Amino acid sequence: MEIKKGIGVSPGVVISTAVVLDAEDLLIPRRAVPPEQAPQELQRLHDAISKAGADLTKLRDRISSEVGKEIGGIFDFHLAVLRDKSVLNQIQAEIKNQQASAEYAVSVVMRRYANTILQLKDKYLSERVKDVHDIEKRVLRLLIGQKHEDLLHLTQDVVVIAHDLLPSQTAALDRNHVKGFAIDVGGRTSHTAIVARAMGIPAVVGLGNLTSEVSGGDTVIIDGTRGVVIVNPDREQLEEHAEAGRKFDQMESELQQLSHLPAATKDGHQVSLLANIEFPEDIDAGLFLGAEGIGLYRTEFLFLAAEKEPSEDEHFASYSDALRRLNGRPLVIRTLDLGADKYTQAKSQNPERNPFLGDRSIRMCLHDIPMFKRQLRAIMRASIMGDVRIMFPMICTLMELRQAKMVLNDVMEELEDEDIEFRRDIPIGMMVEVPSAALMAVQFAKEVNFFSIGTNDLIQYTLAVDRTNEKVAGLFCPAHPSVLALVRDVIRAGRRNNISVSICGEMAGDPLYTLLLLGLELNIFSMNAPDLPEVKQIIRSTTMEHARHVARRVMSFDSERQVMHFLR
Amino acid sequence: MPKAVKEVAISNTLGLHARPAMQFVDVANQFKARVTVYKGGEEPGEADGKSVMQMIILAATEGTPLRIEAEGDDAEQAVQKLVELIDGKFGEE
Repeated sequence: MEIKKGIGVSPGVVISTAVVLDAEDLLIPRRAVPPEQAPQELQRLHDAISKAGADLTKLRDRISSEVGKEIGGIFDFHLAVLRDKSVLNQIQAEIKNQQASAEYAVSVVMRRYANTILQLKDKYLSERVKDVHDIEKRVLRLLIGQKHEDLLHLTQDVVVIAHDLLPSQTAALDRNHVKGFAIDVGGRTSHTAIVARAMGIPAVVGLGNLTSEVSGGDTVIIDGTRGVVIVNPDREQLEEHAEAGRKFDQMESELQQLSHLPAATKDGHQVSLLANIEFPEDIDAGLFLGAEGIGLYRTEFLFLAAEKEPSEDEHFASYSDALRRLNGRPLVIRTLDLGADKYTQAKSQNPERNPFLGDRSIRMCLHDIPMFKRQLRAIMRASIMGDVRIMFPMICTLMELRQAKMVLNDVMEELEDEDIEFRRDIPIGMMVEVPSAALMAVQFAKEVNFFSIGTNDLIQYTLAVDRTNEKVAGLFCPAHPSVLALVRDVIRAGRRNNISVSICGEMAGDPLYTLLLLGLELNIFSMNAPDLPEVKQIIRSTTMEHARHVARRVMSFDSERQVMHFLR
Repeated sequence: MPKAVKEVAISNTLGLHARPAMQFVDVANQFKARVTVYKGGEEPGEADGKSVMQMIILAATEGTPLRIEAEGDDAEQAVQKLVELIDGKFGEE
């Protein structure tokens, strides 16, 4: 029974069976195996190494015949290491004398070798450390894989425990059976937090080394409201948390009834509440909780959930599915905003040293026009099927915006030549999430039909804080006066130029900031579906006079602590 | 048990990197004799001639003097074949 405290990022309580997911660094729990189990572990080791050898031989032969013997020869080294008796003896010794599990033994021995090789002065030799890591991973995957669950096709409800959850991993989850997340790293706006809130399931992050203390199959309580995770709880704890879970569910259903009522203040000021989605399926939950439409369709997941870049038709299938579910309500599609995540860095030839400031998002699209056009074509084809609006992410200069619009124009010309119908006057907007765009909002406002403030990235760039780095996640704060000033000015610039302004970052769904944002004259809030009821509740119970008063007070402060204190 | 010893220096430019190490180990494994490789020079070391991992870690670069020792019935042939391999620069140049 272990109690661990982290940061609760998605409320609710769940009690379920754990599935421990490996990321890039396989964290193997030091399972002390009772001595009488040693023969079993030795057998598992033998089987895994045999299979690894067989797989590698097949791989080498295939590559040799398809690509060439030189390249196939890379695997010869891996095979040689697997056959190295002194390596095998060392691993077996760990199992026989140190009571290690097969996984732990393999890990410990291979890492020892890796460290030794890393110290070698000869660069050519020290490079071989990558091979050692590869071999370790291969054997470990076979060992762990013997009890590995396919997360896409689960048969029972589980909670996912991981060191970190990459977008590509969350995109490949069985959403019907995953009931909670507990993650070692991360902060309030980390990817896991966003996905958990969108799915409406509890999540706790920043737990440190939870993955080394939980094994697959353990019973785990995840309390996302209090930010606590309990591994193998006793009966008392089980009862206490089950009760908390019941109370929470009840409160949730009361808020849900709110969904049919308008998002208007007591003094009759109406605003729009929209939802953010990753997949067309998310729309149903959004509408259920009162969303009037979709303020942000994150299209990255089309890329992450598939093995390769989606074709134009695959794009089109998702967009038309989304429009069908919306039945006339608006859909804002944001073009590809990928990059800076491990997905693209792992795939790239030269991983960037600073991906957040690198070739990502719109920049990446403008560097790969054919890929960009595939997505744009699909969006334009879908534009006659419903109320579609298109939005460009991470715009930081006017030139970029104009270039993107030119490409879109090209696409329209092409479609016209091909006699394919589309809506020529499709509303074109941009994300305001880079300080340069926020500071020049007045100029940008003249060239788009709408703004959407991406507060997550805006805060990140303005305060120079990596929101996924738990060492500094505390500095990441929407309440920082500089950020608020930018938000206020962007909204103003929008109003002066008669274009609509929305906020689609986490701030829009955070009840702490609702009054403030209302008072700053924000009219459109786009958030994760589960946040809708509470935000609407706050809007319905206030007046614009009060909201504006709150805003005036807040904007007079010069520290985020003052702001937070006041808002609470 | 018959023993055999021979001294030889690494002569190929890239030294005893992965590919030569594998070749060495393949040849050594053809014989029943136990093979030990001693490295001289500034950072001495020793390795089991049949373990590719140990041979890599030996980090024998160009010019490094090695002493190859074998113990067993076919020790003589083992040492001879291994020295030939090294002298032949592992077929690299």
